[in-house]
Amino acid sequence: MSTAIGRLELPNPIMTASGCAASGRELARFFDVSKAGAIVTKSVLLRPHAGRPTPRMAETPSGLLNAIGLQGPGVDVFLQRDLPWLLSRGARAVVSIAGGGDEEYAELAIRLSEAPGVGAIEINLSVPNVASRGGRDFACDARAAAAVVNAVRSRARYDVPVLAKLSPDVTDIVAVAHACADAGADGLTMINTPRGMAIDTTTLRPVPAGGPGGLSGPAVRPIAVDCVFRVHEALPELPIVGVGGVTSGLDALELVLAGARAVQVGTAIFADPSAPLRILRELEEALDGHGIDRLSDAVGLAHRPPGTVGVMRLGESRRRVDFDDRH
Amino acid sequence: MRDVRPVQTRGPVLTVRRVDSYHALSVVAPGIAERFRPGQFVTVAVGGERSSMVTARPLHVHDVKSDYGGTVEFVFEATGPGLTWLAERRPRDLLDVVGPLGRPFPLPRDAVNCVLVGGGYGSAPLFSLAHTLRRRGCRVDFVLGAADAGRVFGTLTARRVAETATFTTGDGSLGVRGRVTDVLPQVIVDSRADVLYACGPMPMLRDCTAIAMKYEIPAQVAVEESMACGTGVCMTCVLPVIGDDGVTRMARACTDGPVFRGERIRFDDVGTIPYDALGAPGWKPGPDAAGTARGA
Ligand SMILES: Cc1cc2nc3c(=O)[nH]c(=O)nc-3n(C[C@H](O)[C@H](O)[C@H](O)COP(=O)(O)O)c2cc1C
Ligand code: FES
Repeated sequence: MSTAIGRLELPNPIMTASGCAASGRELARFFDVSKAGAIVTKSVLLRPHAGRPTPRMAETPSGLLNAIGLQGPGVDVFLQRDLPWLLSRGARAVVSIAGGGDEEYAELAIRLSEAPGVGAIEINLSVPNVASRGGRDFACDARAAAAVVNAVRSRARYDVPVLAKLSPDVTDIVAVAHACADAGADGLTMINTPRGMAIDTTTLRPVPAGGPGGLSGPAVRPIAVDCVFRVHEALPELPIVGVGGVTSGLDALELVLAGARAVQVGTAIFADPSAPLRILRELEEALDGHGIDRLSDAVGLAHRPPGTVGVMRLGESRRRVDFDDRH
Repeated sequence: MRDVRPVQTRGPVLTVRRVDSYHALSVVAPGIAERFRPGQFVTVAVGGERSSMVTARPLHVHDVKSDYGGTVEFVFEATGPGLTWLAERRPRDLLDVVGPLGRPFPLPRDAVNCVLVGGGYGSAPLFSLAHTLRRRGCRVDFVLGAADAGRVFGTLTARRVAETATFTTGDGSLGVRGRVTDVLPQVIVDSRADVLYACGPMPMLRDCTAIAMKYEIPAQVAVEESMACGTGVCMTCVLPVIGDDGVTRMARACTDGPVFRGERIRFDDVGTIPYDALGAPGWKPGPDAAGTARGA
């Protein structure tokens, strides 16, 4: 069930979500990482990053609040150790990147373009923009987001697709999507975690430590479906990767029907480490059940005008119709 | 070579027992039983199909047996909705289990004297360790403690397998009134301990490590951190640990641990990012930018 995100061709549409699969090695103990459409890495930064203090998570109804703070060893270790390993296993690597400003993103794009085998770059824009007042996330400001996309697109090798990962925490996600598309994004990933907070009623303090976290899991799925739907409606030609609360093949199908050409699985991996391949199987079965044999036939199908039922298939050929006037 | 990779299985519950304040549940999980080594843990998915609880629950393994092809028994206190759900399982219910996970307790090469210290249900993983140590000819002495008698786990087994077993309770309802660390120095001296193994809450591990350092014996401690995945992918379970190169890193309890050398854990900094940890705010890349070179 192949699909394509720009030049990135995938044998199937199910990927891991950034930050929920590390760099694939841990999950390879549970499934063959080359069988997933792609492995999306934890967001890589230029330098080592220790992340946020603990506790870093709180479970909420059908969801999870996390504040990891992008802990990771930095791009040098990634290029030396993690990327070669992923490629040696035959996996397609989508590398997520994060930085504090355009320059850092651009440098990461250059470093990754020099390394062979990067299937695509996904820009994590849910990162505080150091230059903005109050450290507003790039993803929450169409102009700042577009500047990052432009910096990455102009430095990344021409044949490496660049995806911009958007946040739902904006008043008009279509405007941000347009800005990123105009800046050269080859596709969009939606959604990153919306902000949320829980307060521990025993310690009387917020969890995760220090305040808000990003909400993930089934709780956010309707938000993801809506974002994908609206952006696909506005930009039907732009490839979209859907992510948010997918735990089954039918969940993945929802995002596809809304307009996604590929779907990422994040939080579901925590309770079920082989979830990506299970979800892929279930998605194939679900499409089969609808008599759809190509994924592309299902992408955006929910946008059909009201009243249409069943799957619209292209007719074999157009035949000339002659009417008999004399009946 | 022995296959040490964890497995993911769905197996039926075999037995559910109440053990004082705790629950012990055994499940048929051959692949896990076969690979298990003391100190490793398992995770269980809770809430059934379409559960509203999205994280895996890490659990101490009390015992593995070879019956039914291999069974695993874990011990927990039914706090919170997930573990309460687990405590309500009945024989033949199916459970999704992943394991064995994490680094096991390193074992001494020679037949040495070992003190095993457990706090609350943190005692659970020490019994399979005790059996393994005994088989290697080691002397084993237990120190187990908790708030009250009902929370000291495994007193009978401890008496049976160990040379001596000393119990402490906060309220004096069993053994010595006080903490495990009140009696530990004497046990170390009397048993001529060569090594200390411990599992329990962080403050207990900190104090046990301090005592072990005072008596100049190594401490192997298993931490109980909150975890979302247990498999090393999410980075929620980290604590500051000093590496062989002297550099402090935020190590994952689930994958780099749960067993660490006690002296290597920066107990006073747990819950924070120490300023000198690799990649801490303000941290500057030095000659050891990749964190691979020597020197702190
Ligand atoms: C623990 C955790 C860490 C995450 N880290 C990242 C990250 O480094 N970069 C990123 O772009 N998104 C990150 N995300 C967001 C996910 O990639 C995904 O967008 C979001 O969790 C929604 O999908 P899900 O409900 O399937 O998890 C993280 C999510 C979680 C739960
Ligand atoms: S619990 Fe997820 S990395 Fe340790």
